[in-house]
Amino acid sequence: MVGKKVKLRIIFLSTFLILLILSLFLILKSLEDEIVYFITPTEIKDLTELDKKKIRVGGMVKEGSIKANSENINFIITDFKNEITVSFTGAIPNLFAEGKGVVAEGVLRDRNYLISKKILAKHDENYIPPEVKEALENK
Amino acid sequence: MIISQIGNYSLIFGLILSFFLIIYLFLNFYGFIKINLNNIYSILFLQLFFVFVSFFGLVYSFVISDFSNSTVYNNSHTTKPLFYKISGTWGNHEGSMLLWLLVLTLFIFLFFIYSKKQPKNYRLTTLVFQEIIITGFFLFVLLTSNPFNHIFPIPIEGLGLNPILQDPALAIHPPILYLGYVGSSIIFSASLAALVSKNINIYWAQHIKKWIFLTWILLTFGILLGSIWAYYELGWGGFWFWDPVENVSLMPWFTLTALLHSISVLEKRSILKSWTIILSIATFSLSMSGTFLVRSGILNSVHTFANDPGRGVFILIFLFFLILISIIIFFFFQTDERTSTNKIYWMSKETSILINNWFMTFFLSVVLIGTTYPILLEVLTNEKISVGPPFYQNLLIPFLIPFLFFMAVGPNLKWFKSDYKKINFNKIFLLFFICFVMFFLVKKLDVKNLFVIILIISSLYLFTSSFIDLIFKRKNFSQNIAHFGFSVLILSIIFNGILSKEISANIKIGDEINFDGNLIKFKKIDVADKENYKSIIANFEIKDQKNKIILLKPEIRIYNQPNILTSEADIKSNLYEDKFIVFSILNREEIFNVRYQVKRFMIWIWISTFLIIFGGLIRLIKIK
Repeated sequence: MVGKKVKLRIIFLSTFLILLILSLFLILKSLEDEIVYFITPTEIKDLTELDKKKIRVGGMVKEGSIKANSENINFIITDFKNEITVSFTGAIPNLFAEGKGVVAEGVLRDRNYLISKKILAKHDENYIPPEVKEALENK
Repeated sequence: MIISQIGNYSLIFGLILSFFLIIYLFLNFYGFIKINLNNIYSILFLQLFFVFVSFFGLVYSFVISDFSNSTVYNNSHTTKPLFYKISGTWGNHEGSMLLWLLVLTLFIFLFFIYSKKQPKNYRLTTLVFQEIIITGFFLFVLLTSNPFNHIFPIPIEGLGLNPILQDPALAIHPPILYLGYVGSSIIFSASLAALVSKNINIYWAQHIKKWIFLTWILLTFGILLGSIWAYYELGWGGFWFWDPVENVSLMPWFTLTALLHSISVLEKRSILKSWTIILSIATFSLSMSGTFLVRSGILNSVHTFANDPGRGVFILIFLFFLILISIIIFFFFQTDERTSTNKIYWMSKETSILINNWFMTFFLSVVLIGTTYPILLEVLTNEKISVGPPFYQNLLIPFLIPFLFFMAVGPNLKWFKSDYKKINFNKIFLLFFICFVMFFLVKKLDVKNLFVIILIISSLYLFTSSFIDLIFKRKNFSQNIAHFGFSVLILSIIFNGILSKEISANIKIGDEINFDGNLIKFKKIDVADKENYKSIIANFEIKDQKNKIILLKPEIRIYNQPNILTSEADIKSNLYEDKFIVFSILNREEIFNVRYQVKRFMIWIWISTFLIIFGGLIRLIKIK
């Protein structure tokens, strides 16, 4: 027979394990719902289906493509193979400029058009998104 | 030129001293020689002196703009103000690693001075572990990121410091954060040494507690400074972005906070020994991996700075080496947990501290998984993802609710065993009263999320309960003030989130925006030349419903070297709200992008964090 002490320890350990598994499950489950994929304009062209999920698109802001009116800023993100038009509402970061790297977060309307409310800033003027770097080197 | 040589050789001498000290200590442990403690003091002082010379050599090179030094060339410029020439010393990778080293040697020197009452064997063992870490950092600095590399021919002008780093808060943020990180290395070495020398007892707990509190204060303050800087400098008006680089500083904070609480259990009840050791090891490992993740460029972060992957590999190998050593030591020198009074009762302070520790562990795993999962996925499937703020909010909010309740109840329990009959019924009435008030507040606040409502109730409960304790109980003043500060922090974060409003628009000079009853008018721009940048100041006039006018003047700075823009937000703060405005220039357009935010209770986020730190400070002073 198991003693009282051992029994208590078993109960304690098993509750601990159950709690551990439960919390891990919870974390991974909500991870699944909340991840945002990072893709390039070329990858968007190759997408088989479009869904309403938020994505991040990275690349360079095409020279001469920034156009603004009172509500929106429109510009083109290019990875030098393909490009996508972004319609943006919100505040732009300091390092947002033509010919510089950019990451825009938003929802695709179609394969050529992204509706975005967030542009991510990079702190370093020498920084180029890795994917864009690859694309540049392959050119 | 000569300064760089001196700096470089000082580092090499420092490294030699480290090797010498480790060998010397091992000879002592195996009984070949008998150590004279005075010699140890001299060696430690000498080592500190060498690193000091090296560090201030670098500072001097920055001050005189010695561009024969590649670190200075890459990160400085003659037109930069003196203050930022000096802070530029640690505003770059090489210099910041040298600062790590300086703090490491300074801390072990201080540790050795302030641990005279401890057993000799324990002190020497701590020294061995700390010198192993120091050796690793010497090698790291000398092999992968030497701050004293030469350039020939000598350039006339430097490349300049990234302008967003030219800021007072960011000048002191890295040193304070590093003090916190490095403080955790002392706790790590001391814990391993206590394990090896079988010295984990009440006296050890009292002695290491000082270091834990000191480290915790510094780490908290370091994180706060980074957050304040991000708020006003990055121009998006938030204080926490759940960005990987921010998260890596939060992770050791969780384990350190858990340690801060569990060390009291060890001190009072002489239990939870192994757990305390695990927390010490975890805190330091997380601090180290923080450095690794930030420096390696693995993180897909908005804070990413261009960097060199070779360095990351070095830290990674070193980190694995340290973790391996600590695991081996942990298993081979297992402590004896059995004491005469190891029974834990449900209604006791130690149980509530254990609960705190479990919650901390949960918070840690959420942040850890959210931060590292994207890296893992990229390595395994080459897919690039990021984890957004909703992930953290959804997982943390529901668990914060019971956490806050326990935080209110726990401190009022007694060590060992509390009596059921002595439950304070006033506190239960208080809870009902808060629920009652909330019932009416909900409609007014227009909060849809049930979790947020319960979260407000639980934080109000902690708020009132710790406030009552703060006033009526003389005991545990430091703890009450820290817990009270935490409740204010949570409350201000919630109300800041619910009540803040913002608008962004693209407007010309002379245009007006209507926002929430206020009229925002873009009056004019002024241009001025400053020391190392050109300044464009916009004048905005904000007229509220009572026709009261305030002026806000956000600024854009065009730095000469490197030639980039930064925008400086203009913020008008009062106790109720922050008015935050920032603007940016659009390429070849006469339109400006303007973002205006009203952030409610913003200042209370900073004030409450200062209260928490203040609580820690009072406790630290009381220990000594």
